[in-house]
Amino acid sequence: MVGKKKGYVKIIIIALLILGALFAGFPVFWMILSSFKPNAEIFAWPPTWFPRVFTIDAYREILHDPGKLRFFANSYFVSLVVVALTLVLSILTAYSFSRFNFKGKSTINAVIISVQAVPPITLLIPYLSLMVVFRLYNTYWALILTYLLFTLPYAILMMTGYFNTMPRALDEAVMIDGGSRFRALWTVLVPTALPGIVAVAMYTFMQAWNEYLFALTLTKTNDMRTVPIGINMLMGQHSYEWSEMMAMSVLGSLPVLFLFLFFQRYFIAGMTAGSVKS
Amino acid sequence: MGKSISIKPSQTVKAKTKGRCENALPRSKKVRAIQVPEENASSIRHENNRWQRLKKKCEPYFYILPTSLLMVLLLILPIVMVICYSFFNNVIIEKSPSFVGFSNYLSILTDSEFANAIWNTLHFVCISVVAHLILGMLFAMLLNSSYLKRSTKTVFRVIYVLPWVFTASVIAILWKLMFDPNGVINYLIQAVAGPGIGHIEWLSSTSLALHAVTFINIWAGYPFYMISILAGLQGISYDLYEASALDGANMPQTFFRITVPQLKPILISLVMLDFVWTIQQFALIWMTTAGGPINATNTLSTYIYKQAFSKYQYSMASASSVIVLIVCTLIAIFYVRHQKASE
Repeated sequence: MVGKKKGYVKIIIIALLILGALFAGFPVFWMILSSFKPNAEIFAWPPTWFPRVFTIDAYREILHDPGKLRFFANSYFVSLVVVALTLVLSILTAYSFSRFNFKGKSTINAVIISVQAVPPITLLIPYLSLMVVFRLYNTYWALILTYLLFTLPYAILMMTGYFNTMPRALDEAVMIDGGSRFRALWTVLVPTALPGIVAVAMYTFMQAWNEYLFALTLTKTNDMRTVPIGINMLMGQHSYEWSEMMAMSVLGSLPVLFLFLFFQRYFIAGMTAGSVKS
Repeated sequence: MGKSISIKPSQTVKAKTKGRCENALPRSKKVRAIQVPEENASSIRHENNRWQRLKKKCEPYFYILPTSLLMVLLLILPIVMVICYSFFNNVIIEKSPSFVGFSNYLSILTDSEFANAIWNTLHFVCISVVAHLILGMLFAMLLNSSYLKRSTKTVFRVIYVLPWVFTASVIAILWKLMFDPNGVINYLIQAVAGPGIGHIEWLSSTSLALHAVTFINIWAGYPFYMISILAGLQGISYDLYEASALDGANMPQTFFRITVPQLKPILISLVMLDFVWTIQQFALIWMTTAGGPINATNTLSTYIYKQAFSKYQYSMASASSVIVLIVCTLIAIFYVRHQKASE
């Protein structure tokens, strides 16, 4: 009797699991499938479950178009610079929060954390005029600086948490040997905190790679546009090039997808530490 | 300056010893010879200490200086600017805008489009948050089930997290393709319900567009809940379940008496964070419907964007930005209060 009930429960669980997987995975499957179809087959009725004409023309088109490759180059450059700057700034700030007690510490901390509650769109108009005044409008720096503000709070929170778990004896050992605090930070603490740094770097990369609003409004010319804007520009520019848009979406998602698959554990640890424990 | 201070004590020492006993002159000379460098050294050390103390006091600020500068320039200054803008007329476009007090706020708050945007935002946010919570909980519990093998769990976890990997523009385009009147969603619905349903215009019908956009947002956002809840579930002690099983509790009882109370702090954090994130959702809505058709999916963020970049009403856009900022700040204050209370 109990065994039979357990069997039912197991069947229900597996059925739900498969339904859920269809809900989560089918759109992704459809995207990849469509990217290999010719544009004429996209809205075939009934839809073709596997491309009748299998083609990689859409990918070839993108990879041979220097204008579209430029979107990728821009996205990589901006994202990697943001990751580097976020890491340096967040490590310095987190070290200070973790190892010192100083006047204004809690105020500064509160200001940094409060950024997470600020919707980017509310700062858009001042950013626009600031970027014009500082002659940064339509440059990489307009994107890098504004992205930094929104990647830093999480990075600082994470790094402070990591440094707090490390005993002070670690940096004191270096200082007794005559090293400075600064040296202790870079030669001992940073290497030890590597898992946390990897998580922060990936999360930051993802945020920067996926950003849309500032990329849309703070840049103007095609040579400054990033991948998310590039994908959107394919829409309605000259009729709908659906298979090309899908191919561009697949290519644009690959960096984050690979990061996620290879470093899943860090990602998940980072996500939960940032949202829940802090 | 350091030198003049350091000489003084040694001179007084010399004068004293000279006056008191002349016999001991050679000795005192010797003493002085030793004393002078020592006095010098100690006062230098004293100086050093002061310098060191100053350095020590400043050191933490040196580490946070770059971040603080960034916060002042890109957070505090823009917030002050947007508040100022909201009290002036025709900012950015005119060189010398005139002060108009609260009149921008008055016209925003009496604008029927703004009221409509608030309703749409509430609909979008509330349904998204509730659905995220339910789906996240369901999937996390499925993945945590003891009936499954570890490898099965890993495979399904990767599939379930997939939507989280994609950027908003990819998600928007993908669902535009699927929700097309001739798209695969309509085909699947017809396959189940018969061809009488016809080709539904999901994203271009005023009555369906908001639901469709909300659905897309639900798809895009639940993995974050799922992962966080999964981590929370794994943190619940197995003893609790064992005890409840011994007491003869059934599944719903175990769920509501043990799982939910244990997860409560995580769930509250998730809901509050999600509120703030969903209120500011712009990219997804902008790229699927651009707030249309006829404002049917116009939310606060697309309203602000349109005020600024289609109508060039920067003052109005600033005033509505400030209103949204105040709402989000209030939610954040509740969030921090809750976090502090639970610590």
